[in-house]
Amino acid sequence: MQVFTFILRQMFNFSIPLLLVALGGMFSVRSGITNIGLEGMMVFGALVSITFLRFTQDVMSGQLQLLLAVLIATASGVVFSLLHAFASVNLKANQIISGQALNTFAPAFSIFVARILFGEQIILFKNTFVIEKVPVLGDIPVLGDILFTKAYFTTYLGIAIYFVCAFVLNKTRFGLRLRACGEYPQAPDSVGVNVYKYRYAGVMISGALSGLGGLVFVVPNSTNFNSTVAGYGFLAMAVMIFGQWTPIRIFFSSFFFGLMMTFAATYSGIPFLATLGIPSNYYKMLPYIVTIIALFFTRNSSRAPKSEGKPFEKGMR
Amino acid sequence: MKGKLTNVVGSSGVQSFLASLLSIFCGLLVGLIIMFIFNPANAFAGFVDMITGGFSSMTYLGQVLYTATPLILLGLSVGFSFQTGVFNIGVGGQFTVGGLTAVLVGGLIDLPSSIHWLVAMLAAALVGMLWAVIPGVMKAYFKVNEIITCIMMNYVGMYLTNQLVKDLHYDRTLVASKYIKKSALMPKLGFDKIFEGSSVNSGLYIAIIVAIIIYIILYKTSFGYGLRSCGFNLDASKYAGINEKKNVMYVMLIAGLIAGLAGGILYLSALTKNLKIQETFLNETNYAIPIALLGTSHPIGVVFSGLFIAYITVGGTLMQGKGFPVETVNMITAVIIYFAAFSLVFKQALGKMSLALAHKAGMDNNANAEVKSSKGGEK
Repeated sequence: MQVFTFILRQMFNFSIPLLLVALGGMFSVRSGITNIGLEGMMVFGALVSITFLRFTQDVMSGQLQLLLAVLIATASGVVFSLLHAFASVNLKANQIISGQALNTFAPAFSIFVARILFGEQIILFKNTFVIEKVPVLGDIPVLGDILFTKAYFTTYLGIAIYFVCAFVLNKTRFGLRLRACGEYPQAPDSVGVNVYKYRYAGVMISGALSGLGGLVFVVPNSTNFNSTVAGYGFLAMAVMIFGQWTPIRIFFSSFFFGLMMTFAATYSGIPFLATLGIPSNYYKMLPYIVTIIALFFTRNSSRAPKSEGKPFEKGMR
Repeated sequence: MKGKLTNVVGSSGVQSFLASLLSIFCGLLVGLIIMFIFNPANAFAGFVDMITGGFSSMTYLGQVLYTATPLILLGLSVGFSFQTGVFNIGVGGQFTVGGLTAVLVGGLIDLPSSIHWLVAMLAAALVGMLWAVIPGVMKAYFKVNEIITCIMMNYVGMYLTNQLVKDLHYDRTLVASKYIKKSALMPKLGFDKIFEGSSVNSGLYIAIIVAIIIYIILYKTSFGYGLRSCGFNLDASKYAGINEKKNVMYVMLIAGLIAGLAGGILYLSALTKNLKIQETFLNETNYAIPIALLGTSHPIGVVFSGLFIAYITVGGTLMQGKGFPVETVNMITAVIIYFAAFSLVFKQALGKMSLALAHKAGMDNNANAEVKSSKGGEK
């Protein structure tokens, strides 16, 4: 039983960043902009917010500090994503190359900043954010153990964001227009919707959620930031594709991929998996292999937006 | 005079070249600005170190050539695929599994030194090629976007390499593969005498030979013409009877082969070069796309852009003396890629400029003609 709760608790820590970033990527792709720069945006958001944690750790701690870090991570992600939006919307540049530029820039910039500000590549910070037990809710049998003890409020935030995202994309005017811009931008353009604005919005949401995802990736799992998010941006891209760009499927695939990462990180502590003796690298590989297989089988029923990656010229036919 | 200038600016090759130079200039400028923000006192001196470091001694010059070798090959792999309308972003995986193969063949098998390196290198190229089969088949026959499969294959390749190194050829204290045997080292061919203390080796020749072969394939054979025409206009090529599926397959296989070769050559180039267990890709593979872009995907251009990136990388190591980490160069390269993504806009601007010049020149000519004709009228 203890092992079971341990696995599930870990799974939440691994899945929430994947969920956030994949949802972000979804908004960008559904608006028509391919975004392979998720990894870079994660690193950038993590860098700025962890630097904030480091500088303020002597004057504040606990949930307030984490909340401020969340806001800073989100804002910095948005700012960084503007580079991608400008290149792909205004300049109609190649979106793959622009995304790759962000991926190359962010880790290098992060090491550069860390070395110059702190003299070393690794940024250490005090992790005072764990909630030992949520009052009342923590006493619920089973569920209380899994969700409401030794938890981080970012987990609840992540799940709340999922519901907001699903609602915004599917049930609001904004979401409908955003999706139209990704499918057939000429249509919204013809009725006076500003396609550029919606595509900017898509990319900026992806920046916000990726920046936040970067912080959420680092905080529950460690007390330092080493200028990398270990390929989670690309894994989130796999989650997004495996989830066919729809919120509900992304939700479930992020937990499935998160479970694989949990196995990879903790298999030696789990009796059942330890007896199997499969090395962690195979668990880490599995999500990518599964995604390739999924791509193969969904090739004809793929729900990828029709105009993904195609620049739009106003008044284009 | 004006007419000549118009012709020069008007040719698309020159426009691409100017666009690349402009990207490099912008990248360096932004890099200098960032350096200045974080460390104003040393920024300029550090920058000068980076720009001049590669030429400061024969050893450094040798290191530039050594660093350039895998970079040129990776740039060729990506550039070749770009020209044919395929986007081989999977060099990370192909390069890594190629390197793994070279380390295993070079470290575990006993062969005479005359052929050991050759066998290891060719095995690396072959495995790199095999790694490109899945994205190739998926793209050619099932219309699955090669970019995504390539990225997925990169990570599969990275984790598989880490695991196989651990299983087969692992040194616990180094957290890396064991060293290769001396017989598997790439021959130096006298390079070690010219550039004392550097690791430059015969791999450089191989990189240049591959560049020439790619040039001949693309521009001097009907096969290459077919490949390039697919890159220009897929529908027209299909209509003209070109088998585009087969072409995509060939392109992916050749691109994978070159990337695997690059990995092989890098890990066979020095006795102390071992494959580290890490969960990131080597910088070399991140540079592949910028090099291809800066070289406008042309084999000869790629050779020069590979040399350029190697040059500032080596210069970057000297910058550490002024308190700037080596990663500053990665940052500058990233900015260069970002601007290279705009190269289309740059080219359009240049095109407009040349049109304006042509227009002006045309007006002058017309004016002259009118003067002449009016003179003729007087007679």
